[in-house]
Amino acid sequence: MSDNIPNTDQDRSDRTGDHKNSRRTFFKNIGLVGAAAAAGGAAIYSGFKYEESKPNHDFVKVLTADNRLVEVPRSQIKDIKVDLTRLQLAGREGLKGHRWVMVIDLSKCRNARKCIAACQSAHHLRPYEYHINTLIMQESENTAPYYMPKPCQHCDNPPCVAVCPVNATFKRQDGVVLIDNERCIGCRFCIAACPYSARMFHWEEPLMAESDQGKTYNIELNVPQRKGTISKCLFSSDRIREGKLPYCVSTCPNGVYYFGDENQDAVTNGTTKETHRLSELLRDNAGYHLMADLGTKPRVYYLPPKNRLFEFKDKRDKNKETT
Amino acid sequence: MTMASEVNTGFLNDKRLDSIAADILRPVGISKGFLIWMGFLGISLLGCMYAYYLQWDKGLIVTGLRDYVSWGMYIANFVFFVATSLVGMLISSVLGLIGFKWVKPIARIAEIIAVAFAAIAGLVIVLDMGRPERLPYVFMYGRIQSPILWDVTVVTTYLVLSTLLYFIPLIPDLAISKGKIGHTPKWLQATYEILSVKWNHTSEQYKILLKSVRILLILIIPTAFAIHTVTSWLFAVTLRPGWDSTIFGPYFLTGAFVAGSAAVVILMYFVRTNYKLDNYLTFHHFDMMGKLLVLVSIVYVYFNINEYLVPAYKLKTAEAIHLHDLFVGDYALMFWSVQLLGVVIPIILLLFRFFRKPLPMLIISMVVLVASWFKRLLIVVPTQENPFLPKQFVPKAWMVYHPTVIETAITILPILLAVIIITLLVKLFPVIPIWEIAEEQAEKHDQTQE
Repeated sequence: MSDNIPNTDQDRSDRTGDHKNSRRTFFKNIGLVGAAAAAGGAAIYSGFKYEESKPNHDFVKVLTADNRLVEVPRSQIKDIKVDLTRLQLAGREGLKGHRWVMVIDLSKCRNARKCIAACQSAHHLRPYEYHINTLIMQESENTAPYYMPKPCQHCDNPPCVAVCPVNATFKRQDGVVLIDNERCIGCRFCIAACPYSARMFHWEEPLMAESDQGKTYNIELNVPQRKGTISKCLFSSDRIREGKLPYCVSTCPNGVYYFGDENQDAVTNGTTKETHRLSELLRDNAGYHLMADLGTKPRVYYLPPKNRLFEFKDKRDKNKETT
Repeated sequence: MTMASEVNTGFLNDKRLDSIAADILRPVGISKGFLIWMGFLGISLLGCMYAYYLQWDKGLIVTGLRDYVSWGMYIANFVFFVATSLVGMLISSVLGLIGFKWVKPIARIAEIIAVAFAAIAGLVIVLDMGRPERLPYVFMYGRIQSPILWDVTVVTTYLVLSTLLYFIPLIPDLAISKGKIGHTPKWLQATYEILSVKWNHTSEQYKILLKSVRILLILIIPTAFAIHTVTSWLFAVTLRPGWDSTIFGPYFLTGAFVAGSAAVVILMYFVRTNYKLDNYLTFHHFDMMGKLLVLVSIVYVYFNINEYLVPAYKLKTAEAIHLHDLFVGDYALMFWSVQLLGVVIPIILLLFRFFRKPLPMLIISMVVLVASWFKRLLIVVPTQENPFLPKQFVPKAWMVYHPTVIETAITILPILLAVIIITLLVKLFPVIPIWEIAEEQAEKHDQTQE
């Protein structure tokens, strides 16, 4: 017990020491708690922010410009408005350094009409509205009939471009002849001037007028199509801008079409994907122009319909109707 | 217009002026017949405008036009309008400058036709456009390489010159008439007052008038040649069989004189009988117009022979198909009717004096005018029905051209408008030049006295 008494001071001191000690601890603790609270708060806040920004597993499948199917979070999707002026300027300028050219091998065409369907679906046309049509040809009575796909010839001396009063149809530096349906006044002088009957007119509301409403006009696809204006084959300018073969060329099941660049002297077959020298292809197969005597200088070449590997089924009929 | 360099203003004091003015001004004004006629034209016009509304709304699908035959009655109508308007130049300028005095009383009739048809020609083209609201684009983005731009330019110029050629010689008449049309409404009298631009018949004013009219008469000749030559080039610049021709300019021009002369005869007849102006539009005038019609028709036959015979001799593949259609094919009936009734038979009949009297002339001219309209259709349509490449895999209706009722109404619309303009000009203003007739008679009187 006595120990207790002398120890009192000690105790006191201890106590005071204790006191001091506990105050320090207290403050220390307070500091810790404060720091912890701040950290926790920050953590909670950042966690909250994180939660807020975190992808919520709602993905959307998107086809990229180079044709890859990718997934992106819905929250990352932003609407962009395609700029008409930019499309128009690029579309009128064309692809520098190229001279597009098509070769059609008549010995292979068996009138599958797949090219026509692909073209019509890409350009939102009715079954009897043609950018490209396959015709049953026969030069004279005793010569053999054959099928001839007939797109726009993209002439280097285009009669249609010459007569257009408002520069709605024009020739690009890469050889393509396009039509701007934002400009076309619908006078149809180009239809009258074209010796290949390659142009069509929208006599009524176009097939997909309603669903295409509000879309930005793409001059290289000529969609949306417009009532009261001209439409025509575009050499699939939207596809060649992406480094792809035209719709008709890549859809043909019979290897009829070659497409490529005259500057590179190379054309690729749309079916076999084989690339050939343009000059050799034309030389070896006696390539020719359709109605070359008219002086229109077409960019489409034909290879003669020799050695056909199939029988000609259609009756020869000058004016065949649709069925 | 005579080409004397000075006008002897003595005719103003001649008492014959009053009786001439009284004769010519008697029908001027608003009569019951005029109102009924205008009412009829107005109601018909409304019907045609409704047809156009349908085309505006639904597109050119309401017509018989399709991708192969994409130009039809509208374009034929346009060519017809430009053609008919050319007669103003032929009668006032060519015959007037040469010095034929008999054209004096019919010169204004010819100018009225020129103004009415040239004024409406532009509208005819707009009716054919798929996007008529984009008409300003022709001026905003016009390409000088396109014949359409040349056509717009020369037709506008021709309209301005023709209007001036109608109006300037009318000024002295308006000054003479303004005190003498008390029987007409006040607004018409006020119009005369304004349009007579303070003309007070000084010899100085007549000098200026003669000089300016002379300049216009000379300027309008190349302009008139240009409008129809350029119109023919809308076809001739293409590679199509039937259009690919080097003589289309003169071929169209000579055809225009046939149509225009016939139109003038028809209007002369109605003015003569309705307004009782037998003393001014005499048998002599019809006789001379008959001879003129024979002359221009013979020249036209010459160009037709060239246009059809030369390719028919060669029979190039595409041309042969086209000519087959015209000579013995689908268009044979129309082709031969137009050639025989519109050109050959009129020439033969008009060689006889009997048929150069007013009534036979009227009937012949009506047939000639209708035939010349169909002739334009024959130039425009069959070529497109025979393109170089076969027509295949399209609906049957696309192969050949069948005009629709709506399309016909829209074709009639500009014709009604032209007739309305002609009616207004003929009925509300002196249709025969008072001062020129009076001057001529005073001159004759002076000469007989001497």
